[in-house]
Amino acid sequence: MELARKKRDIFGSIFINGIRLFFFILVFVLVLILSKIIYEGIGIISLEFIFDAPRNNMMDGGIGPAIFGTLAVTFIMILMAVPLGVFAAIYLNEYAKDTFLTRVIRTSVNNLAGVPSIVFGLFGLGFFIFFIGKNIDEVLQTGLLFGQPCLLWASSTLAVLVLPIVIVSTLEALNAVPKTHRDASYGLGATKWQTIRNVVLPQARPGILTGTILAISRGAGETAPVLFLGAAFFLPNLPIADICIGGYCISMINPAEQFMYLAYHIFILATQSSNPTLTLPIQYGATLVLIAITFLLNVTAIIFRYRFRKIIGRI
Amino acid sequence: MKKTKISVKDLNLYYGHKQALKDITLEIPVNKVTAFIGPSGCGKSTFLRTINRMNDLIDDVKISGNVSIDEINIYDKDIDVVNLRKRIGMVFQKSNLFPKSIFENLVYGLRINGMKNKKLLNEIAEKTLKQAALWDEVKDRLNEHAFSLSGGQQQRLCIARALVVEPEIILMDEPASALDPISTGKIEELIHELKKRYTIVIVTHNMQQAARVSDVTALFYLGELIEYDSTTKIFTNPDKKQTEDYVTGRFG
Repeated sequence: MELARKKRDIFGSIFINGIRLFFFILVFVLVLILSKIIYEGIGIISLEFIFDAPRNNMMDGGIGPAIFGTLAVTFIMILMAVPLGVFAAIYLNEYAKDTFLTRVIRTSVNNLAGVPSIVFGLFGLGFFIFFIGKNIDEVLQTGLLFGQPCLLWASSTLAVLVLPIVIVSTLEALNAVPKTHRDASYGLGATKWQTIRNVVLPQARPGILTGTILAISRGAGETAPVLFLGAAFFLPNLPIADICIGGYCISMINPAEQFMYLAYHIFILATQSSNPTLTLPIQYGATLVLIAITFLLNVTAIIFRYRFRKIIGRI
Repeated sequence: MKKTKISVKDLNLYYGHKQALKDITLEIPVNKVTAFIGPSGCGKSTFLRTINRMNDLIDDVKISGNVSIDEINIYDKDIDVVNLRKRIGMVFQKSNLFPKSIFENLVYGLRINGMKNKKLLNEIAEKTLKQAALWDEVKDRLNEHAFSLSGGQQQRLCIARALVVEPEIILMDEPASALDPISTGKIEELIHELKKRYTIVIVTHNMQQAARVSDVTALFYLGELIEYDSTTKIFTNPDKKQTEDYVTGRFG
């Protein structure tokens, strides 16, 4: 008896310590990567680095246009992906009957999230540029305007890429709203839409937001798709255009322009520039900025979720 | 005999191929408390939900027969289900308040009808809370989160929420099964008070509760209506042996 117990205890402690070891390996690797990037990158970070354009054949200057391009592309991506994804999820979860077809769609959405991003890039090139863009040009007689890589198609492609993330997290958030709350609403004579608007959506909002922001940070970090879709090596001008109404002008993102992109910029500096070793500090700086942006977005997501949960209260 | 509010004739209900209710025929009197008793899975909750057509929300439910309220068949195709549910309040087994303030929970039924007048909302809220004997407990904390109330208070707020839209019928699905005896007592008092104005149908597992609060009792078993009579008769001198066995606790 005593021996059996000893054996059991030894086995248990090996197991627990094994798990602990794996955990520490994981944390160690993460800390190693982050500290290396911060250590190498922090020195170069300055206001000039963040706002200035690259100079001197990319050896010098900042990454301003790349940051701007990244933000512009993700901004337009959100405008497209979030409404589309949220409404698709609402339809799938609340309205569509549970049939073979809707099950196939649900599974496909999940699988879509696992497709390599380069495939989305090729899809964007083929579908948005060569099919939609070319046809718009032909119909509107705009010459070569939409049928070439530009910010709009990069955003569209990234929107398609992050759509599964938005849909899946929205579906989960909607699913988590208790049936009893819906029953209460229907029992009081609410219509389906009233129930969704007043009971389901407010409770699902934190989950939807989390999914949205995760999608943003995923989109902002992608390199492969933008390769084909208008990310430029170097552009002297930002992709903006002045929209003037009655002598009053505002600068807007110009979706027909090409753009610089942070993740692509890092890739270019590391592989295509005339002297990858000399640009190392800039690469580290740009990487640090990219990580900081995605990190900030994730923190925003967590704060939002926390605040909404607090409003909703304990359940 | 008492006036009838709800009249059910030859009601059959199927979940897919499984028959959950078999040829139910009964009449529920106005301004009385009618209790449905029976062992779990006997169809009493399902039957309750046919009265405000909550079963419509479940896929694969087939219903035949007739359920009439004030002599109008509610399964007629011209019936507006949303309006029907406004005439019938429902209280569920567990409190299902929304994650909103006490006040917003209470006036939900009015808000979805488009009522915006703050003064009117306040008036109705006060009147209803008084009717539900909850006013003194919550009057100073109407803007607090509904989940800050105790379990019993939450359930009474659910009842108040159902009363706000001035229904004619209140359906209660085991409203006190998750509550302590004191809260249960308060709910039962409330039911007693409410039957002056409303027709109440209550599903309960608790035999003593059925005996205490109801005027009429129906016993269900395996989807069939076994016996339906005045509560006094059901509990003291039922016609059927099965009823006697159930109310005395010999089966179920």
